[in-house]
Amino acid sequence: MKPAQFDYFAPAKIRDALALLEEYKDEAKILAGGQSLMPLLNMRLARPRALIDINRIVSHSYIRQKNGALAIGALTRHWEIETSPLVRQKCPVLAEAVAWIGYPQIRNRGTMGGSLAHAHPAAELPAVVTALRGELRIIGPAGERTVKAEEFFQGFFTVALEPNEILSEVRLPLWPASAGFSFKEFNRRHGDFAVAGVAALISLNERKECAASSIVLAGVNPTPLRAQRSEALLNGQKLSRETIEKAAALAAEDCDPPSDVHGSADYRRELVKVIVRRALEEASARAMQNEK
Amino acid sequence: MAQRYPIKVNVNGITYEKTVEARTLLVDFLREDLALTGTHVGCEQGACGACTVIMNGRTAQSCLMLAVQADGAEILTVEGLADGAALHPIQQAFLDNHALQCGFCTPGVLLSAHALLKENSHPTEEEIRLGISGHICRCTGYVNIVKAIQVAAEKGAENR
Repeated sequence: MKPAQFDYFAPAKIRDALALLEEYKDEAKILAGGQSLMPLLNMRLARPRALIDINRIVSHSYIRQKNGALAIGALTRHWEIETSPLVRQKCPVLAEAVAWIGYPQIRNRGTMGGSLAHAHPAAELPAVVTALRGELRIIGPAGERTVKAEEFFQGFFTVALEPNEILSEVRLPLWPASAGFSFKEFNRRHGDFAVAGVAALISLNERKECAASSIVLAGVNPTPLRAQRSEALLNGQKLSRETIEKAAALAAEDCDPPSDVHGSADYRRELVKVIVRRALEEASARAMQNEK
Repeated sequence: MAQRYPIKVNVNGITYEKTVEARTLLVDFLREDLALTGTHVGCEQGACGACTVIMNGRTAQSCLMLAVQADGAEILTVEGLADGAALHPIQQAFLDNHALQCGFCTPGVLLSAHALLKENSHPTEEEIRLGISGHICRCTGYVNIVKAIQVAAEKGAENR
């Protein structure tokens, strides 16, 4: 099928985009990379009255380090993140996660902001941004506000954005360079949505015990799910095989996976146990290596 | 009448100035307005890769873009690969290695292979498979496609 008619705008400035949102409110859709919205338009599952194409707002495509965080503009495309030396050096878990998004054509067009605002429950970026305790900068008619990733994702395809607001930047606090990390995902073919995925980070103290950890699951909950009991279990502990297995089992207990054609809820729970164990093993091995 | 927007696009080295409706997909613009029917319409939801073109040096699925968004862009379609009657080395390798059967997916795969070899002139088999992972070949001829891209790489296809 082909898209239904819409009014089309391609503003070059964010304030012009905001003015259009103010005019059309929830009858407008923002077109960023289009890798999720365009299929919805083609199938007429979305029929907005206005399409606001923000691809000309080039000032919102950047990757910068500032004040102990990585700031990434909402229009930064996945391939730019994947190939950025700064990301590889300062936030390697992000580079690893991005490589799992779709395939080259999708990564060439898709954007950071688009993926976060779309909030597919199995998407990589919402999970990894939550794992990094990211903060999202949102611009609206009244000015700017900042929302923590954990509060931004509110439900199935639902985020804390008002119809007259635009996501402008994500800020990712940097972990120490010695921290270990891992991103694991299981799907039938590379590029498919995750049947289940996990982003994990671990830092060690001088006794080689876990000083801090972050474990966030994708595809097994309406929103990215922080495995809080697993994190609490690891903190202050030696990362033995037994401890890691316990943490993985807790994550599997705490998720709320869907049943669909790709796998039953029980299957996904079992999968969570396996991929969380593998992610924690890899993250802790990397952290140990870095401490040497 | 729906509003029409003027666009200027360079496709395979030729500059076209046309007007399009906002909702016209890039793939339909290429096929219907420019009569370049080598770019195929498959799934129209970004899953099959048949409509892949190279836009400003990077692959893109032309069913997931509006023609109006290509204003000012440089686009390469399968028609732009050969030099007159002389096939592009990647096309020649596909022919020599029986890397196409029905041919529906071929134009898109050729462009992804071209983009891959420009970026990585000697990819491993795994890198080739990841490079073409956005394409579905329903004849399931992947083995020969991978072989053809390997042969093209050995023959230095990236110099073209």
